[in-house]
Amino acid sequence: MRIGAEAPTLTLPDTEGGQHTFPDRDGRPTVVVFTCNHCPYALAWHDRLLRVARDYEDARFLAVNSNDAERYPADSYEAMRERVARDGGWPHPYLHDESQEVAREYGARTTPHVFVLDAEGRVRYQGAPDADHRDEAQGAAWLREALDAVREGREPARPETDPVGCSVKWR
Amino acid sequence: MRVELLWWEGCPSHPDALADLRSVLGEEGVETPVDLLEVQTDAQAHEERFPGSPTIRIDGEDVIPPGEGEPFSLTCRIYRLRDGRISATPDTEDVRHAIRRRRDADRR
Repeated sequence: MRIGAEAPTLTLPDTEGGQHTFPDRDGRPTVVVFTCNHCPYALAWHDRLLRVARDYEDARFLAVNSNDAERYPADSYEAMRERVARDGGWPHPYLHDESQEVAREYGARTTPHVFVLDAEGRVRYQGAPDADHRDEAQGAAWLREALDAVREGREPARPETDPVGCSVKWR
Repeated sequence: MRVELLWWEGCPSHPDALADLRSVLGEEGVETPVDLLEVQTDAQAHEERFPGSPTIRIDGEDVIPPGEGEPFSLTCRIYRLRDGRISATPDTEDVRHAIRRRRDADRR
């Protein structure tokens, strides 16, 4: 999706049996992160993204796994459930996009690929969490910068960056 | 010494891995070209015993041997740096260690 485009309203199941419809246009920004279990980039950035979810409690944060689990069993729904349970729970839902509809609608290319939506559900940032998956100190700075701008009603200074990571595994 | 880097296009880490590898080879004074092999299919991944991208081999031996039962497939490899961080490329010190080990073995 292009910057400024309105995200479609979609519903996905989480690992706990709940359903999540997003964006809900309830006045909060929404962060949608396409991620997965098997990719080193997604794993390397994972803790930084969890910290953002904890630090921005007024934003809605959703992780989405769209990978083809037949070819990549580590990304199956069961494996997603096991991972969240093993971690003792996440601060945000981990959603399963089995049909890959959500990834197609968003134009997700990699894991991770981050989208920030404003309170009206319009895309205000898309790209990588920060400049380097190996550098913890980066702290998902690009995502934080975009969220800060959206919360303050500003356009992010850097609305797009190149997403970096493993390709989304299409069927 | 034969140095190979096997890679798959679905994973963007091979240019960084190649740069790191060439840098370590230079520092160690090893003047050997790096043979690049693109793995394109699951069948080729099995044939080449390719556990994911990037894979670096010195004289056929993986610088970070994959775990027992690790499948061969078109995927990105998960490496652990020496400080415990997850990375898409191997720790350069592990690559250096593998090169020195092979060189020492050749000298004996």
